Amino acid sequence: MADNHQLCTFFLEDRFFGVDVEKVQEVIRYQVVTPVPLAPPVVRGLINLRGQIVTAIDLRRLLQVGDPQDDHRPINIVVQTRQGTFSLLVDRIGDVLEVDQSCFERPPDTLEGIARELIQGTYKLQGRLLLTINIDKLFNLALLNRYRATAKNTG
Amino acid sequence: MDEIIVEFLTESLEGLDQLDNKFVLLEQNPDDRDTLASIFRTVHTIKGTCGFLGFSHLEKLAHAGENLLSLLRDGKLSFTQEIASALLNMLDAVRTMLGEIERTETDGEESYPDLIQVLNRLKEGGSAPPARPPPPEPADATPPANESSAAEDADVDGSGSELLPPGSVFLLEPVSTPPEKPSTLSSAQRPESPATPPSSADTSAKSAQPAAQALERTASTPAALERASSTPAPAAGGPSIAESSIRVDVPLLDKLMNLVGELVLARNQIVEYTLLQENPQLMAASQRLNLITSELQEGIMRTRMQPISNIWAKFPRIVRDLAVNCGKQVRVEMEGKETELDKSLIEAMKDPLTHLIRNAVDHGIELPAVRQASGKPEEGCLLLRAYHEGGQVHIEIADNGAGINPIKLRNKAVEKGLITLERADAMSDQDFRRLIFLAGFSTAEKITNISGRGVGMDVVKTNIERIGGVIDLESELGHGTTFKIRIPLTLAIVPALIVTSGGERFAIPQVNLLELIRVNEEQRDAAIEYVHSNPVYRLRGKLLPIVYLNHELNLIATARVLNIVVLQAGQHQLGLVVDQINDTQEIVVKPLDKVLQDIPVFAGATIMGDGRVALILDILGIAQQARILSDSHDQNVAAQLEKDRDRKAEIQTLLLVRSPGNGRLAIPLAPVSRLEEFESEQVESAGDVDVIQYRGQILPLVRLKNVLSASYSSDRLARTETGALTTPLLQVIVFGDGARRIGLVVDEIIDIVQDVFETKGRATRAGVAGTLVIQGRVTELFDVQSFLQRMMPLLALAEGA
Repeated sequence: MADNHQLCTFFLEDRFFGVDVEKVQEVIRYQVVTPVPLAPPVVRGLINLRGQIVTAIDLRRLLQVGDPQDDHRPINIVVQTRQGTFSLLVDRIGDVLEVDQSCFERPPDTLEGIARELIQGTYKLQGRLLLTINIDKLFNLALLNRYRATAKNTG
Repeated sequence: MDEIIVEFLTESLEGLDQLDNKFVLLEQNPDDRDTLASIFRTVHTIKGTCGFLGFSHLEKLAHAGENLLSLLRDGKLSFTQEIASALLNMLDAVRTMLGEIERTETDGEESYPDLIQVLNRLKEGGSAPPARPPPPEPADATPPANESSAAEDADVDGSGSELLPPGSVFLLEPVSTPPEKPSTLSSAQRPESPATPPSSADTSAKSAQPAAQALERTASTPAALERASSTPAPAAGGPSIAESSIRVDVPLLDKLMNLVGELVLARNQIVEYTLLQENPQLMAASQRLNLITSELQEGIMRTRMQPISNIWAKFPRIVRDLAVNCGKQVRVEMEGKETELDKSLIEAMKDPLTHLIRNAVDHGIELPAVRQASGKPEEGCLLLRAYHEGGQVHIEIADNGAGINPIKLRNKAVEKGLITLERADAMSDQDFRRLIFLAGFSTAEKITNISGRGVGMDVVKTNIERIGGVIDLESELGHGTTFKIRIPLTLAIVPALIVTSGGERFAIPQVNLLELIRVNEEQRDAAIEYVHSNPVYRLRGKLLPIVYLNHELNLIATARVLNIVVLQAGQHQLGLVVDQINDTQEIVVKPLDKVLQDIPVFAGATIMGDGRVALILDILGIAQQARILSDSHDQNVAAQLEKDRDRKAEIQTLLLVRSPGNGRLAIPLAPVSRLEEFESEQVESAGDVDVIQYRGQILPLVRLKNVLSASYSSDRLARTETGALTTPLLQVIVFGDGARRIGLVVDEIIDIVQDVFETKGRATRAGVAGTLVIQGRVTELFDVQSFLQRMMPLLALAEGA
């Protein structure tokens, strides 16, 4: 399971997250996003990645970290998943960290909802906790559930 | 040269090149069944095709090889070097013949009887390998010659022997051991001896007698091989078929196509930038770039284009088989088979076209006797026609058969409950013919194994529509039927209209585009009228349903002028209101990610000149979302019928009333018995229903507003809190007579008009049969029939009283 030793880390507000570095194709600065009307709210829109059209996912909304401010210019972490290439919009990018398996712990039972599905566990680093996200789960289960939930709310 | 022969040559030569390698592999690992099977397949294919093309010599040779291979494949023979040599010789001979075919289109005079004989003998005699311990070398009596010639002519078979170690081991051996050569020659006879049954253990006894034969053979075979190596030489002057075409992966072409798309976008940006620079050198360079890019784009597009004959080529055979099955005589004619269209479209059209052809033979063309009786030649004709027009490919499939009998279709449709009798009365013959596109429709009297199961034409239609195409038919009873299909040239790069709405750009494929209308700010409010609450625009006297893109996509409108893009969505037209109309561009269609594919209004995305992404609108999806299109074909037809019914109508007398929401509603006067005015005090209650005493009867009252709402509720007339009705006088239209009466309460009776009225639009809500223009105003037509039906319970109430 969670024996990725290198994690690409990033921030949503002041929360510290990491994804398996093997899944990360590249990190690029803010790109103009073309919104897709009627799309699930977690889909911020489409970006042009050197001619490839990539769907950008608002990780803040997905993980319910709260809505971004208006002048928010998120960084794109482009990830390869079984479902294709996606861009994760995050606030700030951190270092690539080598983590020690011994400080891994499963998420606490108090974690609920989508976060519970997506967060693989935590690495207890010095002075802070690093949450790891299961990229492959991101785009089937969670997104679709969210989509249905929002569809129900609006319709 | 015939295209089919060229194809055969390309395919066969390719196959042969692989075979060389495979034989070598096999030698290393004689038990490799997979390799054997694949060799067998290749030879089998060659045999099959050349038999079909009439190259009998080649066919015989390949057949002999195939027989031997099939035994090997089934494990009845084990693979020996001797067999390998014989088979390789066969390959060389095949190659020679192919060379001959390429030059002269015949497979030459040489029929290689010896080689065939060898192959046949091996087939029979090879089952006793243990009887001859040294079988490897003997057959190599021929390979030395083969090898030496091959080495000179490295192009053809040298590759197998020189590059691959296993091959060189086996083939070079005789050459590297010249002293053994005489002995090899003499030993060559042993295994090839036909006279001695393989079961015989005495190998030495055989050697003497066939010696002469074997020597003869070795003399003749190298001669043949010499030809093999020498014949390709003259052809090498010009590019041979194998060299002039290559096979390319379609994904690679797709990638190239994408890259060219990118290049086009980059070019656009540079050209735009250059215009600002006033630098003549840069200008010249950018113009060159412009030209080259356009040419490249065209070239890449062409790599994906294939002539429609690729699918048509199979049809004569299909038609022949079908015709024989049904006892009919059918001739196939083709026009414009060189018409090209994109490969993906060719693939997509294969099934629909096959289906149409089958239908035409099975249902369209009559039996010879029937044809004769109706004065037609016994042989029916099926004409396939394809041509380019207006940036689209038109395909027609015409038969000169019985034609489609609209009455038969009508009866069938009514019988199956697909349409009601009443609707059927209002339909035109062409409408009936179009019924064949309905799901679950078949008029074939009996279900044959060819067609008539009732699935098909609707699938054909769906498939064609999926690739952005349209299908329609023309038919004349007794003279035949023509199906007309229009499909776009390519799907990857399409011309599109770029519009802006809510600050975002959207691309509308030009295929859907009919015209653009711009309405000034002052006329804006007057231009759009409402049928109930649905906006319509009067386009040359016809009502065009209006869809606001901003509304459909939940965007914020910014425009003050009204820009209407008139679009064709399937059989319907609609006016799409956008904020701004920009320009037309060639766009590269890219698919959307799976998570976004659920959204029906987008067909994909593209990248614009400034590098930003724009979404491509799916017009059918928008129409569906806006409910311009009905969900099923049935309703689709129903709408059309509704229209036709009223077109047929004679002079009508209509009562014009004001409908709730300040619209106008026309009520046919015929079923109305009286117009009455009641004082509101007279209204009493009977249970939930408002009633009034009228001519000694109880007359139930219903309000027009309630009738027109989708879910009828017997809401009471509006009352104040004290129970008194809000309006002092009630205008009531009384329907029916005697005890079965009902009163319809309307706000205001405006006029009574008498004319021939033509329905212009579809019904948009319950209780309304359609829309018309009366006295220059949009007016809804009240559906009396359904009204009375829905009021049955109330009528019963009156009766009971």
